Amino acid sequence: MAHHCRDYARAAQLRAAAGAGLPIVEPGMPAPAGTGLSRRSFLLRSAGLALSVYGAGRLSPLAADEALAQSAPGAPVIVQVFLAGGIDSVSFLAPTEDPTYRRLRPKLALPPGTGTAFGEDPRLRWHPSAAALAGLHAEGNVSVMPAVGYEHPDQSHFVSRHFYEVGALDPRLGTGWLGRYLDRVGAPDNPLQGLSLDASLAPALASARVPVAAVDSPTSYDFWARDVWGEVDELMLEATARIGVVHARGDRAMAQVAGAAMHTGALRAQLAPLRATDDKPAFTSPVAYPSSEDSDFPERLAALAAMLAAGLPLRCVAITAPGDYDTHANQVELLGEPLKLTCDALAAFQRDLEARGLADRVLVHVWSEFGRRAEENAEGTDHGAAGLGLLIGTRAAGRMIGEFPGLDTLDEQGNLRATSDFRGIYAGLLEQWLGTEATGIVPDAGRVARPQLVK
Amino acid sequence: MPRHRPRPRRRPSGSLPVYRGPFRRAHAERLLWRAGFGPRRGQAERFADLGLEGAVHALTHPRSRRLEGPAPKVEGRGLAPRDVWGHDVLWWLDRMVRTQAPLVERMTLVWHDWFATSKATVDARWMLRQNALLRRYALGNFRTIVREITKDPAMLTWLDGVANNRWAPNENYARELQELFTLGAGRGYGEGDVREMARALTGWRADWRDGVGMTNFRFDPKFHDGGRTRIYGRRGRHDWRDAADLAVGHRLHPTFFVTKLWSYFIPTPPPPGTRRALERLYRRSGHDVRPVVAAILRHPALHTGPRMVKPPVVYTAGLLRALGKGIDTDAWAWLADMSGQTLFQPPNVAGWDDTRWIDTATWRGRWMTANYALEGRTLTPDPEKTKYPSMREQSPAEAVDAAHRFWGRPTLTRATRAELLGFAQRARAVAKEPWEQQTYAILRQNALRMLIATSPDMHTS
Repeated sequence: MAHHCRDYARAAQLRAAAGAGLPIVEPGMPAPAGTGLSRRSFLLRSAGLALSVYGAGRLSPLAADEALAQSAPGAPVIVQVFLAGGIDSVSFLAPTEDPTYRRLRPKLALPPGTGTAFGEDPRLRWHPSAAALAGLHAEGNVSVMPAVGYEHPDQSHFVSRHFYEVGALDPRLGTGWLGRYLDRVGAPDNPLQGLSLDASLAPALASARVPVAAVDSPTSYDFWARDVWGEVDELMLEATARIGVVHARGDRAMAQVAGAAMHTGALRAQLAPLRATDDKPAFTSPVAYPSSEDSDFPERLAALAAMLAAGLPLRCVAITAPGDYDTHANQVELLGEPLKLTCDALAAFQRDLEARGLADRVLVHVWSEFGRRAEENAEGTDHGAAGLGLLIGTRAAGRMIGEFPGLDTLDEQGNLRATSDFRGIYAGLLEQWLGTEATGIVPDAGRVARPQLVK
Repeated sequence: MPRHRPRPRRRPSGSLPVYRGPFRRAHAERLLWRAGFGPRRGQAERFADLGLEGAVHALTHPRSRRLEGPAPKVEGRGLAPRDVWGHDVLWWLDRMVRTQAPLVERMTLVWHDWFATSKATVDARWMLRQNALLRRYALGNFRTIVREITKDPAMLTWLDGVANNRWAPNENYARELQELFTLGAGRGYGEGDVREMARALTGWRADWRDGVGMTNFRFDPKFHDGGRTRIYGRRGRHDWRDAADLAVGHRLHPTFFVTKLWSYFIPTPPPPGTRRALERLYRRSGHDVRPVVAAILRHPALHTGPRMVKPPVVYTAGLLRALGKGIDTDAWAWLADMSGQTLFQPPNVAGWDDTRWIDTATWRGRWMTANYALEGRTLTPDPEKTKYPSMREQSPAEAVDAAHRFWGRPTLTRATRAELLGFAQRARAVAKEPWEQQTYAILRQNALRMLIATSPDMHTS
């Protein structure tokens, strides 16, 4: 009950801050018909709407800060970076001197002496594209999982990716592992707590109870309508959210649309500090990010650092790295450039967080749905089993998680054997980083070992 | 199952349930959205008059495949789908808007999602050729479609068929052929079948020519692995035709096929009896698509079941059809991207995720889509230019009716109508000065058109 009272107080505070006489909260306004919502719960839900309609210009910064601080006070942040398609872990950290490697990869093997040596295992060398992360690793801020996976690995992109997204070997599970974490700790009115910095929502963030968001361009999240302005425009945006509220329960398809319509309002207000005005960017990064014509990845990471610096209530962030790592053919071309952009941008992000004094609050987790076959198919590599994982951050333990299994102990299908389990990584992240029991979020939490992930 | 057990009694094969309730305008509207791109002006009424049987027949046996109305022009010129950025998207969107055979166009979209191929790695000309292939067999024979797609240049490029040869088999197509196109993940095949199927599929080649791209696609017996392969336990010297036929002939294929096809039209899974009846229909017709689609369109679950979120491109084409508007801007190309569905560029070989069309990013894309549909169709609020003296007298209810008529009277829920009315009343209440009363009435009308277009009612059918 205490928690409801606090919510109510916050709603009242936001209403007060938003100004008197707003239609959305006018006394005597009827509750929306047919929703089954009490007037009070409608007001609670409307807190975000009041913000959305009147947020940008009128809400005092102080009130906004207080509201935001209550949503996720100093919460640890996890950023999941997805390398789509199944990156070749054996190219990322290559056993360049291994004769088996040279035999299995006559065309694709990196020449001996390529890249820098990997200090924790003298057999391995960093791919030249990953040089920036090699640097962070030397500082003790990168933990490498050279062969992460699970038993009976599935070589379907979609099945394996789904397992990683839901945090279990369960093809029917509909919520993501981070979504379930947010369902436990998140707020009913803060879509930013689970944020996909992509054009659509990351399934790992799919929640059952609390709102989450997808925003592909956080600096321009606004709405306008042709030949509508002033008070009518404000009323229109408010009506948009109200129509969402009245359909939020009931038919499933309608509710999906209605949920988004409702949450766009809150989100619009939350992102107001990021919005560029008069062609001036809303923030400047303290470090230089790489730039690319093909990808917004560096810009999105830069905006993420700015969002964190602005105190926006983020908890879980998902973002897709540039590149398609499903390198059945043309592996050399497909892998090199996007991997370099990814690693350079991640290193810049890390420096940005350090410069802003935020580095201890953020842990980056890099993942891919599987690794690739040890033996090449001349032009590239087919789907494999155990693959690459990384943890990046000043709080990352900085030690290898599971060893490199080598190429002489492949499984019966010629794939690398896993030396760490992604469910153990998730359980460890929940318990050591996010500070909550993994039981109830990771279904197999009771039977997987947690490596030490955090220092 | 032991022989002596009594066999379960089966329903006769003709027992597919058919919707028998009234077929009114709202039913016709839903059918036109599910099986096409929504009604043009007056079309829902005409379909309602045909009755369910007549309406399904009209969809499955279109009299004309020609496009209606003037060809699109962007910045004064015709479209160049092979050459100009975004014009491929506009070209197909235009077909969706102007088609007289909406189900054919919709099935082409279904196959594009089913055999999802992307211009991310395939030249536009091969993407367009594949599109013509999918349209040709839109309601045709699935075995033929699988054979054709197996040797389609876009697919041979996309899933590395041309990199698959006897010396270095490439599993990409063999895996997806079974997992995504014919059987479903792990259903009735194993990793061994993937590897053997890859060998059977070897032999396709193409050349790379600078300035032209991939060209000269051909089967070269010298590149084909002529040895014996064992697929689903059958040994033989299999080739690409056998691979396609084995997958379609697999005993678990019909279940996969009818369930997946059903999911494009109806959001809840088929009841087991219906599923089995559809499988029989499919098998007995020799893998024909048309009778299965027709049976799905007649099924009560389509007409009485829950609503479905419209795919973004269906929503977009539908707004344009409702307005009788053609393609006159290339904005649709980037709006499609914002809404989460760029034609010719599915996110991956599994196609689009139909269960998650809407989130806060794609909803914003749809908002902008509605905004662009209204370009040139809003009332001008400039008091100097305005010619709507009567708007000032318009009551809130009249204003809602006018916006509703503007969109061709789509069926709206009572709850949405109530909110529209509430908005119209509030927008009137804030107008104080005489100039505001006139101007706000115009702004209000524009806003109501947006609110209807972006309501959950319009995003679903």
